[in-house]
Amino acid sequence: MAIARSDPENSKCVPIASDDDLVAARREGRIVAEQLGFSTSEATLVATAISELARNIVSYAHSGEIHVGLVHNGNKRGINIIARDKGPGILDISLAMREGYSTSGGLGIGLPGVRRIMDEFDIASDVGRGTTITITKWKR
Amino acid sequence: MKIAKDQSPDIQEIVSGSTAELLRQLVAHLRQNRTDLREEWARRITQAKLLTAMNDAEIFAEATSVYDNYVEALETGTFEALQAYARNLSERIIPRGVQTDEVVGIVLLLRDVLARSLFAKYQADFNLLNRILDAYEPAANRIANTVAVGFVQERERIIRQQQDAIRELSTPVLQVRERLLILPIIGVMDPQRARQLTEQLLRGIRANRARVVVIDITGVAAIDSHVANHLVQTVEASRLLGATVIVTGLSPEIAQTLVNIGVDLGKMNTVGDLQGGIEEAERLLGYKVVPLTETTAQD
Amino acid sequence: MPVPILKQSRYLIATIQSALGDADLLRLRDKLVEKVGIERSKGVIVDVTALDVLDSFASRTVRDLAYTIRLRGAETVIVGIQPDVAFAMVQLGITLEGVATALDLEEGLAYLDENTRHGHRAF
Repeated sequence: MAIARSDPENSKCVPIASDDDLVAARREGRIVAEQLGFSTSEATLVATAISELARNIVSYAHSGEIHVGLVHNGNKRGINIIARDKGPGILDISLAMREGYSTSGGLGIGLPGVRRIMDEFDIASDVGRGTTITITKWKR
Repeated sequence: MKIAKDQSPDIQEIVSGSTAELLRQLVAHLRQNRTDLREEWARRITQAKLLTAMNDAEIFAEATSVYDNYVEALETGTFEALQAYARNLSERIIPRGVQTDEVVGIVLLLRDVLARSLFAKYQADFNLLNRILDAYEPAANRIANTVAVGFVQERERIIRQQQDAIRELSTPVLQVRERLLILPIIGVMDPQRARQLTEQLLRGIRANRARVVVIDITGVAAIDSHVANHLVQTVEASRLLGATVIVTGLSPEIAQTLVNIGVDLGKMNTVGDLQGGIEEAERLLGYKVVPLTETTAQD
Repeated sequence: MPVPILKQSRYLIATIQSALGDADLLRLRDKLVEKVGIERSKGVIVDVTALDVLDSFASRTVRDLAYTIRLRGAETVIVGIQPDVAFAMVQLGITLEGVATALDLEEGLAYLDENTRHGHRAF
């Protein structure tokens, strides 16, 4: 599969430090999705996924950032989101990705759900250093 | 795809050293002889019986645009403008009935017409001719490729659009009673169709203010676990809009698939056949009516 | 921006106006729980028509709200979930299990009428 290249000029960074920032991140995601021509349904999906990722940042790392940008792969165009933090990291990624898993009594991470709805999902995490989650949805 | 700074390998060779100068020369020649070459090309198009769906004036207009874009691509070594033009052109001519072979045909004819004129001009110096062709050929082939691919992509996009329209038409959401919607699903279910179905249904629930939906899957042969999941999601999403879903026509195979993906059939509202489902729906709707006398007595 | 809460006979109606932050949602929950006690309401309607995203946090808070309000003897119904939002929720596995939902305010009121007058679910 050809490597997707991001288009740096079109990437917007939303700092995440409190739950007010979630609204901004969601809005940015929706704007970019609609610019790309995604349907309202798909834009809502993207905004909700961003909400989940941003929320994880606030809950576990307390601060981080969400980058929303466009990507190309040949003639395909899509939306790319990078959720990055310098938090505690995830000890057992496969556990976190298991359906139904949640820590701290009901605070579901929601990662399996996010992976399900996105076309591409990548997670990299180092305990004590931080976590970076990259997701992409292509415009059909 | 940006070409300007990081050009593809073959063009890179051309642009280095004296080949850049050669390319400039040949582009100048093509510009100078634009009128003649374009006429020659148009003549050959008619001779080859291509673009029969278009009249002479139209062919001439498009030929001019293609020619200019062609020479521009040769000159700049960038193909984005050409790609955009190719898609634009395709969007216009596909509804006119122009076929892929015609589009590929005319671009190749232009390539030939221009090559021939280069032979004529540089025939005295065989070495120079070779070097000019070394500069010209890769670029010309790239152009032919770009235009053909642009055309095909546009066709595929149109076909997809038509398929979507067909899918939508083939899955009607029917309102048969007030507050009751029926969604009969027939034929093959793929994830895309399933998604479209759900969106249509949810919009239908809102537009018709439906309280009960009967989804009949008698006409569905088999479904895989993805589509089964989708069915479950549809039921759940409908509930979020305040509607109860009754699934009818569940074959033993599909029931098994649902059980396999972990669906508790006891919790899903299922009835044997469509008729039974409608009766159940009416019962649910009818049951909600509270006799007035009873109400006032309670107060 | 606090969410306006209206009283309509024995019911409370909270209409969410726009994108709601987490803190606002929690404030709404607490306010509703408090008002149900003060007004001795029998039912609560939360209108989420203007919400463009309902994520896992919102879903948990809503479930909390319904549960706590039930402990105070009142029924909660969520109305106005948009088709897109509902679709996104189910795909992400976000449910509102245990919480009643209705299409809009009118349906919500009808639901409360049926379910609070007789003290049991009609269906």
